Amino acid sequence: MTNTTISVHLDINGRHHDLALEPRVTLLDALRDRLGLTGTKKGCDHGQCGACTVHVDGERVLACLTLAAQVEGRAVTTIEGLAREGETHPVQAAFLEQDAFQCGYCTPGQIMSAVACIREGHAGSDEEIREYMAGNLCRCGAYPHIVSAVRQAAQEAAS
Amino acid sequence: MRDFDYIRPATIPDAVAAAAQPGSAYLAGGTNLLDLMKGGITSPERIVDITRLPELDRVEELPEGGLRIGALVRNADLAHDPSFAKAYPAVAEALLSGASAQLRNAATVGGNLLQRTRCSYFYDTASPCNRREPGSGCSALHGENRLHAVLGWSEACIATHPSDFCVPLVALDAVVEIEGKDGRRHVTLEEFHRLPGQTPQRETVLEPGDLIVAVRLPAEAASFAANARYLKVRERTSYAFAVVSAAAALTVEGGRIRAARLALGGVAAKPWRARAAEALLIGAPAEEASFLRAADAALAEATPSGDNAFKIELARRIVVRALTSALAGTPALMPALPASPFSNIPGARHDA
Repeated sequence: MTNTTISVHLDINGRHHDLALEPRVTLLDALRDRLGLTGTKKGCDHGQCGACTVHVDGERVLACLTLAAQVEGRAVTTIEGLAREGETHPVQAAFLEQDAFQCGYCTPGQIMSAVACIREGHAGSDEEIREYMAGNLCRCGAYPHIVSAVRQAAQEAAS
Repeated sequence: MRDFDYIRPATIPDAVAAAAQPGSAYLAGGTNLLDLMKGGITSPERIVDITRLPELDRVEELPEGGLRIGALVRNADLAHDPSFAKAYPAVAEALLSGASAQLRNAATVGGNLLQRTRCSYFYDTASPCNRREPGSGCSALHGENRLHAVLGWSEACIATHPSDFCVPLVALDAVVEIEGKDGRRHVTLEEFHRLPGQTPQRETVLEPGDLIVAVRLPAEAASFAANARYLKVRERTSYAFAVVSAAAALTVEGGRIRAARLALGGVAAKPWRARAAEALLIGAPAEEASFLRAADAALAEATPSGDNAFKIELARRIVVRALTSALAGTPALMPALPASPFSNIPGARHDA
């Protein structure tokens, strides 16, 4: 052990940040504690619940199992980066229309996962949506409405 | 998590030199390692981040036939590669039955081989565990052990290897390509993982600094493409480790089995190649009676390590089911629920 912090350059939602971080800082903790981006939630912090789902270079990953240093030079998108010029993202709008949440804690992760699920082409049937959204747990049990929201957003994206 | 030095080497020799020093660990996808570090199950002093190393994220056809899969190829990329899924459908199905979409986007080929057991006592630093702390004892032996090993276990450790990916790989004679201090060497996947014996802490043949650079599939592996399945019994529909799984691959001519491959997951500390069962299948009629005999042979040496005798009968049945599914033919479409014994109906996707 020699160094205590390393300098890490992060690209979050198109904005650039230069941070001095201990190497052990996860992307999740950097987002929440250093950058004030608390939309990405800490659920289990062990890669089991999906609440911390973000996109790295356009693909969904878990921020709790990613070191901040690992995403240096890669484009990170969080829930705060989805809306464009004040307009909710179509998946956000579908979650509102379908009432796809109760307490809301898992919702940012669900939405980030759903955006990727649709983009990947894995929202072709309810069975496929359930399988490809399996990494996002909802303790309130809002699953039927979540599936409806993903289905609606996928149909809108296809039309 | 204990803090550590973070190194991002630019070349493979630099990585091997850095990781050969005591207290070092390679970091790739991080999906298992970072979790283990958070819990204090492992506490490396030096993390060697290999994710920017060149050329390890490629899939290449070998001139002599077969495929070379770079160690940093991500699980999702491999499973969704249409030509890979067509040639090695059971491998693609196993990959898609593991973890979640987010984890498959991070987890790598090399990391999958090196993931640690999910035995809950291994993860609980307050409990004795010979695998985590040699000589401390095995808490699982007289604890919660209904999901533990029924083959190849010892009194020192009854944990299982959790990989899905490794099960069809070992059935298809995959070879691990390793770069070490003394150059490059090849080890079959069957020999790569070790059974616990009296040294469960030694999980693989890797020496300090050794880096998995690729996994190779020999040319013959693609000859099973028309009749290959992976089936996995889980305690919930998806996003769970296998209670028991099986990879089965056949070639059939005139109603007789010309070649057969069979391996089991969730039953031992390594992906379990069932060679005695394969020997019985070769030349036998392609029918259920042959599969039942093969299942008996595959589990002939099995013994419960605790409250898990049910896994032996479950494994027999999943072997028969996997062989029956393989004989019926690889589905033209990847099932919407990959590897589920409850969903043999092909889903909406044509590749993966």
